[in-house]
Amino acid sequence: MAPTSQDAGGFPSIPALLDRNAQAFAGKTAYREKEFGIWQSWTWAEAREEIEALALGLIDLGVQKGDFIAIIGSNRPHLYWVVPAANMIGAVPVPVYQDSAAEEMAYVLDHCGARFVMAEDQEQVDKVLDVQDRLPQFEQMIYLDPRGMRKYDHAKLHEFSKVQATGRSKAEALRPELEARKAAITPADTCVMLYTSGTTGKPKGVVLSNRNIIETSKNSSEFDKLNPGDEVLAYLPMAWVGDFIFSIGQAYWTGFCVNCPESEDTLNSDLREIGPTYYFAPPRVFEGQLTTVMIRMEDSTRMKKWLFRTFMAHARKVGGAILDGKPVGAWDRFKYWLGGIFVYGPLKNALGFSRVRVGYTAGEAIGPEIFDFYRSLGINLKQLYGQTEASVFIAQQPDGEVRSDTVGVASPGVELKIGDNGEVYYRSPGVFEYYYKNEESTASTKDAEGWVATGDAGIIEPDTGHLRIIDRAKDVGKMADGSLFAPKFVENKLKFYPNILEAVVFGNGRSECTAFINIDLAAVGNWAERNNIAYSSYQELAGHPKVMATVQEHVEEVNRSVAEDEMLSGCQVHRFVILHKELDADDGEMTRTRKVRRRTIEEKYHDLLTALYDGSKAVSTRTEVTYEDGRKGYISATLEVREAKTVPAGAPKQVAAE
Amino acid sequence: MTMDGSTTMQDGQDGYVTADGRKIGGVIMEMKNITLRFGGVVAIKDISFDIREGEIRAIIGPNGAGKSSMLNVISGFYHPQEGEMIYKGSRRPPMKPYEVARQGIARTFQNIALFEGMTVLDNVMTGRLNYMKTNLAQQAMWWGKAQKEEVANREVAERIIDFLEIQSIRKTPVSRLPYGLKKRVELARALAAEPSILLLDEPMAGMNVEEKEDMSRFILDVNDEFGTTIALIEHDMGVVMDLSDRVVVMDYGKKIGDGTPDEVRSNQDVIDAYLGVAHD
Repeated sequence: MAPTSQDAGGFPSIPALLDRNAQAFAGKTAYREKEFGIWQSWTWAEAREEIEALALGLIDLGVQKGDFIAIIGSNRPHLYWVVPAANMIGAVPVPVYQDSAAEEMAYVLDHCGARFVMAEDQEQVDKVLDVQDRLPQFEQMIYLDPRGMRKYDHAKLHEFSKVQATGRSKAEALRPELEARKAAITPADTCVMLYTSGTTGKPKGVVLSNRNIIETSKNSSEFDKLNPGDEVLAYLPMAWVGDFIFSIGQAYWTGFCVNCPESEDTLNSDLREIGPTYYFAPPRVFEGQLTTVMIRMEDSTRMKKWLFRTFMAHARKVGGAILDGKPVGAWDRFKYWLGGIFVYGPLKNALGFSRVRVGYTAGEAIGPEIFDFYRSLGINLKQLYGQTEASVFIAQQPDGEVRSDTVGVASPGVELKIGDNGEVYYRSPGVFEYYYKNEESTASTKDAEGWVATGDAGIIEPDTGHLRIIDRAKDVGKMADGSLFAPKFVENKLKFYPNILEAVVFGNGRSECTAFINIDLAAVGNWAERNNIAYSSYQELAGHPKVMATVQEHVEEVNRSVAEDEMLSGCQVHRFVILHKELDADDGEMTRTRKVRRRTIEEKYHDLLTALYDGSKAVSTRTEVTYEDGRKGYISATLEVREAKTVPAGAPKQVAAE
Repeated sequence: MTMDGSTTMQDGQDGYVTADGRKIGGVIMEMKNITLRFGGVVAIKDISFDIREGEIRAIIGPNGAGKSSMLNVISGFYHPQEGEMIYKGSRRPPMKPYEVARQGIARTFQNIALFEGMTVLDNVMTGRLNYMKTNLAQQAMWWGKAQKEEVANREVAERIIDFLEIQSIRKTPVSRLPYGLKKRVELARALAAEPSILLLDEPMAGMNVEEKEDMSRFILDVNDEFGTTIALIEHDMGVVMDLSDRVVVMDYGKKIGDGTPDEVRSNQDVIDAYLGVAHD
């Protein structure tokens, strides 16, 4: 059965929701942007006026039904307005990552055939003009920030405010056309097209309909009881589906306020000033903040350190339980309340999390310690599993059922199943319509019944219904004895140690698992400094016996933890080497988004891999490195192969530790 | 008038058009036969040149050529013994620096002269001093006129902060900033005065290549966006030649060249002064 969908409460589109909000929440703030040192704001009624003026101006510029309008820039209200304005006149908005190079931008703009481009400033305008020869369909560009644009040839350039002004002045003549186009929008029409980041091959244009967006926004807003009083900070790229759902879908559905920071550099202070109630960040943001807190605590006075240590220990004990509404003794509650006054409150305030009611993290696995740290402070941080193809939500954690090792239960309206190969499939009202101009990929991703393959392997816990994501499906394999091999599962556990930056686990088709490890130069370097260990290079530090010993402890701890998992206990790391160089995108060992390329690493370091399996105690190697300017060089090293203790799991097939 | 990328000078008040299409206006400041002596030392010897509205005018020369003295003469720190200055069409009598500032000439310093303990915003606000008409008592009460005045001035200051991209350090005390940023803050403060002529004393001194590029871009943007006339002293020849419309070259207190960067570059006296020849 294909997913059915009713027209979510009679609102077929984003512009319809805008009309409702401009009536129901007319005087309520819809957008805020920090500009010239103060927060400028627009109410829903004002926002509608701005958006309509823009829509009229776009009609005047010649935007036709079905045209694509690319949006390139950072999070600013004016750029967000382009989405409903485009929808209103039957055009399709295509947000593009503003930091992409001209080359990547050219591919996307050409692929969707955008006739119009909305660029934030001179920098983005320049990028598009650079590649315009390769964009036969490109016609007009609108820019928001007029700075530095005066000398440009304005034959195909228009200033945003002027387009709006034209719209306003010709409103009478153009309004019938606008109303006609608005009335013609159906739930099946395209709401937005978002390009996947494309870790493998070229980016794909995911077409999401009004129905996809509105149903998903409705379900997810109800799931977390979002309300018009909520505040979000819009700081993640507009081209990312999550930002689209949070800052447009859910914002229009519930009518909450979207706050845009002044600039990337002022993000932290803007976050503190706004104090969002609904917040999203990828794990690295939470990691970064925690590290900053810890480093600052190291430098503070003894009294403060003592307070922090004492109360954080208490928070770890009872904070999570209090947040989940579990029974906690009166004395512990009193102590937690006291801690709130001395430590948690001020700390949350400094982080900008004082008012967070619902916080999400997604995109990658988050370390349990980091996750628990925020939850113990009373911040309702939860995990979420999603994809562009699903309009974000596939699984998420309900309040009171939050664990660091799962991504939660199926989101409302989402059906989940696990395929024969262990891959996770889902079906939901949010499932994308198709990949633009790519029927082949559409067919291989989405079947006739509407089930979509995620490309991730996972398991659904039978008793709780929680989904656990183990690894990318294509990386999951079998060990020689037939047990499951999921490298990322182990790698993530290793990477949660601050000392370990990267890990690559091998073992597919072999009897034992082994690993390459990269130490984190910042963390280990800091430790070395405090312990008076001198080193001159990454390589020297990586080979230091004390560092080796520390990493070995980490590996053995991970082995113990892996052994607890029945299905994956075969993935314990038997031997490892600490690599003599950092894995680097310049050497092709990682993608630009820092995902390891297994095949490349396996081929490049085949000598090390052989040594890990032939019983050598040490191995000499010579590796080619590429410097940032493209020159090449070599580094040679002799690496020690370390044995790590493994834990015999319950099953007798397990080889005991040597 | 534009001709094959070079600039042609014209006499009179008409101005000219630069290679990149900017219109340069009439003479805003004219220095006539300026001579400045410190006791027996002649720092500036009989120098004449003009600055036109909207142009970027550079004064260059080897160490001790008298460039900074020249800038100090323009900004009223030094008073020349001979010669006269015509500013906006009328002869300028000897003035105190603050009087010069009120007339619309703002400057930055070679050795940054900011209020170290104050925030960036407060420093920029001091540049608005000439626009504050209310008295101390009114400002202390911060009510009515004084409040309106501060809001208006703050808005100008914020636009400049936005323009120079220093929003993230708005509330940071200047003493905590790195050198390159301090230079930018100083530029912001000078701009806050909305000057008719902006004097920059070695804006790139002590900067690395990246900071120099940033500063160059800001100088060009300021000139382009606000139409500010800029007179600058600079050591870095590469920067000067790229930035300026016209260049005055000084050596040992004398003017040895004056013209477009191309003209100056091919001037034998200038080459001698920079490469060094035996002086008698």
